[in-house]
Amino acid sequence: MQRLFLFLYQYRAFLIFLFLEVICLWLIVRNNSFQSAGFFNSSNRIAGNLLQSSDNVSDYFNLADVNNNLAAENARLKQELEALNSRLQYLKLDTTYETTDTTLVTDIDTLTQDSLQIEKYQFLSAKVINKSVRNYNNYITINKGRSEGVEPDMAVIGNDGVVGKVKAASQHFAVITSVLHSDFQISSKIDKTGDLCTAKWPGNDPYHAELLFVPRHVEVEVGDSIVTSGYNAIFPEGVPVGVVSDVEITEDALFYNITIDLASNFNEIGYVYLIKNSLKTEQDSIQQEAEKFYAQ
Amino acid sequence: MLNKGIITQIFSFILYVLVQVLLLKNIVLFDKSFCFLYIAFLLLIPVEAKVLGLMVVGFITGLAIDTFYDSLGIHAAASVFIMFVRNYWLNMLTPQGGYDSGTVPTISSNGLRWFTSYVLPLIFLHHCVLFLLESWGFGLLGFTLSKAFFSTCFTYIVMLITQYLFYTKKRSL
Repeated sequence: MQRLFLFLYQYRAFLIFLFLEVICLWLIVRNNSFQSAGFFNSSNRIAGNLLQSSDNVSDYFNLADVNNNLAAENARLKQELEALNSRLQYLKLDTTYETTDTTLVTDIDTLTQDSLQIEKYQFLSAKVINKSVRNYNNYITINKGRSEGVEPDMAVIGNDGVVGKVKAASQHFAVITSVLHSDFQISSKIDKTGDLCTAKWPGNDPYHAELLFVPRHVEVEVGDSIVTSGYNAIFPEGVPVGVVSDVEITEDALFYNITIDLASNFNEIGYVYLIKNSLKTEQDSIQQEAEKFYAQ
Repeated sequence: MLNKGIITQIFSFILYVLVQVLLLKNIVLFDKSFCFLYIAFLLLIPVEAKVLGLMVVGFITGLAIDTFYDSLGIHAAASVFIMFVRNYWLNMLTPQGGYDSGTVPTISSNGLRWFTSYVLPLIFLHHCVLFLLESWGFGLLGFTLSKAFFSTCFTYIVMLITQYLFYTKKRSL
């Protein structure tokens, strides 16, 4: 027994070294598992407040850019609103005068369905206070947390397209797993043909991503736009993911090698929108039930 | 005397961590070179420090950095690793006549050539561990190694600059 203690004492440095490294590895593995809420991330109170005050300072330097972007976004939204309004008015007029028209009835049906779809998703805007772009696993910290209604697994989009999804939220801050993360996959589709595929970031270049599982019978061309499929209950359908920039296929391959230009420029993200899908639990549970049913 | 040493260490710890997470975190040159100046704090702890204490300090510093980088455990693991290696490396590099008690391994106390041979391999080791853990495998080995190489250069240069600016003979931080 005494010799055991002597042995332990003699190699205490190495043993403590091993012990600390094992703790680190355990932390890394636990942090890598996709869904987790921990104290040691930038959403905790001290780190969040520090990053926020640092961001307040650096804000002044890109106010002009942010203003321009917001103005452009405003203009676009106004235009959209105008278009929708005019459509609505037209429909109202029509319903009062020609209620017998059958095509109109279906039109109104789609309209009410649309409004259901709109209510399904709730939007929440937030400001980016910290981000990384050049690591293998990149995260974004925002200035809204649980008290504003942010929850893990909410989808995050920017002005131009997909940004990521919420990983962990504290009272006033939240950490977002960016699309530039080695575990992140977006269920997407080719807008033109509707074929399903998966977008994934390969790990080196923050402007490009790969498109996986596009079978060779699909006709893909450079310039096709890729949007989210809406099949995984996190992202709504039709959010831009990117644009095809390079298409390759070898003789015997089953799938294309496709590179896309990501729609969002992660270097310049200042504001993001969080999307809450109010029907998410319902969709997930019915899908799981169906899977169970077919598994038998 | 000891008390004063500990207070300056705590002060420089806070300073290095703040500079790292508020300033240097936002600087990436040529998409590849990162600057992790905070390891200068670890490397400049006085020579006679025991390896156990060094590793604990390394672990705490790493966790503090990880909190801001959202990379829980990665910086901690790399820091603990170089802290474990540090004393063996210092023993190998002992100048003639040994170290004076309370020596801080800086340029002003041991000269530029000694400092380079002390610091450069440890920085490279730290960055290799860091980037390999971050990529979690050897999938992008070439890219990872080039990242480690360029980051080592960047960190080393910034470390030299801080040495010449703040660690002069008269007024040591």
